[in-house]
Amino acid sequence: MRVAVIGSGIVGAACALALVEGGAEVVVIDRVGVAGETSSRCEGNLLVSDKAPGAEADLAVSSNAMWRALAERLDADRPNGQPATEFEAKGGIVVAFGGGEAALERFADAQRATGIRAEALDVAALAAAEPFLSREVVHAVHYPDDAQVQPSTATQALLDTAVRGGARLVIGEVTGALGRPGRLSGVMTTAGPIEADVVVNCAGPWAGEVAARLGARLDIRPRRGVILVTTPMPQRVFHKVYDSDYVGAVGSGDAALQTSTVVESTPGGTVLIGSSRERVGFDEHPGVAPAAAIAAKAVRLFPFLEQTTLLRSYFGFRPYAPDHLPVIGADPEVSGLVHATGHEGAGIGLAPATAELVAHTVLGAPTALDPTPFLPSRASLQETA
Amino acid sequence: MTGAKRVAILGGGPAGLAAAQAALAAGADVTLLDEGGRLGGQYWRHHEQLTDRRLQHGWARFERLRGVLDRAEVHTGASVWSVEASDGLVRLQAVVGPADATARAALDIEADAVVVATGAHDLALPVPGWTLPGVTTAGAAQALAKRDGVTVGRRTVVSGAGPFLLPVAQSLAVAGSEVVGVHEASRIGALAAGWLPRPWQLAGKAGELVEYVGALARHGIPYRIGSGVVRVLGTDRVEGVVIAALDAEWRPIPGTEREVACDAVALGHGFTPRLEVAIALGCTIEGDRRGRFVVVDEAQRTSVAGVYAAGEITGIGGADAALAEGAVAGFAAAGGARDDARISGPLAVRRRMRAFAARLERAHGIRPGWTSWLADDTVVCRCENVTRRAIADRADAPLRAMKLATRAGLGPCQGRTCGRAVEAIVAEAGGAPEGFDRRPVLAPVRLGEVAALGRGSAVIDTEPARRDDAETTVAAVEAQQ
Amino acid sequence: MIRITVDAESIEGRDGQTIAGVLIGAGRTAWRTAQTGDRGVFCGIGVCHDCLVTVNGVEGVRACQREAVDGDRVEREVRA
Repeated sequence: MRVAVIGSGIVGAACALALVEGGAEVVVIDRVGVAGETSSRCEGNLLVSDKAPGAEADLAVSSNAMWRALAERLDADRPNGQPATEFEAKGGIVVAFGGGEAALERFADAQRATGIRAEALDVAALAAAEPFLSREVVHAVHYPDDAQVQPSTATQALLDTAVRGGARLVIGEVTGALGRPGRLSGVMTTAGPIEADVVVNCAGPWAGEVAARLGARLDIRPRRGVILVTTPMPQRVFHKVYDSDYVGAVGSGDAALQTSTVVESTPGGTVLIGSSRERVGFDEHPGVAPAAAIAAKAVRLFPFLEQTTLLRSYFGFRPYAPDHLPVIGADPEVSGLVHATGHEGAGIGLAPATAELVAHTVLGAPTALDPTPFLPSRASLQETA
Repeated sequence: MTGAKRVAILGGGPAGLAAAQAALAAGADVTLLDEGGRLGGQYWRHHEQLTDRRLQHGWARFERLRGVLDRAEVHTGASVWSVEASDGLVRLQAVVGPADATARAALDIEADAVVVATGAHDLALPVPGWTLPGVTTAGAAQALAKRDGVTVGRRTVVSGAGPFLLPVAQSLAVAGSEVVGVHEASRIGALAAGWLPRPWQLAGKAGELVEYVGALARHGIPYRIGSGVVRVLGTDRVEGVVIAALDAEWRPIPGTEREVACDAVALGHGFTPRLEVAIALGCTIEGDRRGRFVVVDEAQRTSVAGVYAAGEITGIGGADAALAEGAVAGFAAAGGARDDARISGPLAVRRRMRAFAARLERAHGIRPGWTSWLADDTVVCRCENVTRRAIADRADAPLRAMKLATRAGLGPCQGRTCGRAVEAIVAEAGGAPEGFDRRPVLAPVRLGEVAALGRGSAVIDTEPARRDDAETTVAAVEAQQ
Repeated sequence: MIRITVDAESIEGRDGQTIAGVLIGAGRTAWRTAQTGDRGVFCGIGVCHDCLVTVNGVEGVRACQREAVDGDRVEREVRA
């Protein structure tokens, strides 16, 4: 089985590895190379805390468990040059300021019912866990399963491992389809034609454009997210710490938790602060407004940040589908085409489970996951496509 | 002054000051910002009480330029941390106050045109042992001697390339350090090719150099060409250096190494333009591994409407070139006519200085053989302590991935210090060093100062819903595009 | 003349000197602990961030850029 994987972000790299290990002959095609876009312009979140009960939460819980084994495997006996994933099961703490505590607790309750571990912290426990946190926080929930990788190096480690297993990386851009309409037999690229029995579209926010070039329809849009990085400092943030202000704002336990502020330390000593969400197409000029808004919220969470030096800011484009669920599975109209995109801000965390679903679709590999909610043929996508 | 063009000038060195003078002459409202506590830039770095008069070159020119600024709005100690240009308007965010203080006063400036005159900083190539205390750039030795009246050591070795090493040695000697030697990497062939032909192009420059060489002689400082520091010795601080003869490609010649005792080393292998502001504004940058500069036309216009550039960021050419370009840029930014008689002088000087810059590069430009004085474990990125081997091992990855894998260039200086060296090592190891996309925050700014801009402003929606996402929002935004 | 304290030791400098200038004038060449050893001034013009110190409780101040003020408390920074 020859498989062409389009995109060497985290999803493409994870798919390549799963497919190679499933016995496929894999070519990965990317415009710029490994982790050139979204996967190096994000935070590396492996989260369960932000998932409302539902199909994506189930996928996140499974994928979170898979990451633990995967990171251990990738980091063991690394050859020269292959970077560490920097996997860290540091846990997340979601906090509420006055007025938001009831919404946060309702949300956590709903999550507990689906098996997500969510432990309320009392004042003393919170002060011990995050001594530099604002004293205005009135409620906090600890999610021990939230974890983190360095997304670029984790992607590099995945792809390196896939390449050692026989995958090939081609730098080039997909320009069209090989084969007859409705039946792919490979892709045409700026680096020449690549024959394949199956093409896997892992082009992230550009997956809609790639689908169009291959004669398919897929509604995937970019969402811009800005992230701030501080100068290195002694560690003062010990978990991933989020503000639950979104829950507070809607005041409903049924709504998805939208934590827009997350503060965490990295092994390099910097503090990462995310993230804004803007739907502005592929606009590359965020200006100062997102940074200012993010900084204001971060300083409220951790007052010491007021005096911390901002080192740089960066932004990336997250792929989302109109119904905000990942899109994983066979294209309903073009045979030989499989999609794996639409992970929005959760692609790093969902990559291993996505790869398992793709291997299941392409090679018939066994999986305990339910692919149905994520199929490109689902009704909520067909309405808008 | 209603109807006058609002011109913002970034940088108070020779280019920025000349730009301010010309823009004022053309009738503009001028705002000049500089991060230093005093105007003058690196070239006229000074302190009223601490600077030795013998180290002030072209001081009368500086005083004349400074003298006209009472008609401009001048902010020293101003850190411009964000710039944006759109629809012909330029928007700047700055904080003003003591360096790296907190809660400094915020400046939000809108202008019709901006002159970017951010200058250059020293380029010191890595040498084994260069992280030892006592090793500084040549520019640091110069700044400390001129601005603070101090020297890092008592016996200093100066090493690198280019005419700048000469005034540095002079400053060190005046400020009280013995200068054991000045080592110029270029050999006689390159120097002759750069300096000897068409001497009229050099005009005053050759005379200036003769003056410096005379000063070295008076201080008894040896000037040795075709040689350089290839290793710094010491455990907790500098105790000496290894000097070697260098071939035409700057490779150390085996058998020529000799140890010299010293307690300070000043390294300067050229200059790196400070391009961050120009890059942030979207200006076209061109060049190769020898140097990348802002592209400008005859009137110093960049590729972005309303954005002008002058001085070292358009090509390393020294203070005279910067003064000429600044005058052209300031005049044009203010809307002055190109055939105005007042600008013909600077235009002529600029042409001559461009030729001078090309000759400097020919004579003193960095040669690729320098990497052979590195050891595998030599730290290249000083901030994150990344070795040459670590960079070379990941050279096949795209530059961005390499940086994230090794942390080279990700530290507090954001690759400003090591960028050129990292690119050379990646290239040597077979990688493609293009696209070292530095987009740092333009100047150190505290999060609280950034947050102050965000408080109470509803400019941006940072918390839209996800699952109950209003499609109307998307449609509205897309309709605007 | 001004006096500043550096890690609790009092040193003297000249009016107008930068903190780096005062430290070097007092014979110090290194005042920050990096992962590979001590660091002091390197670029001298605010670019390299090697000379960072904590001043009056505020971290991350470039000693080569900040003019010393009589009574400043300067502390060493240690990179984790």
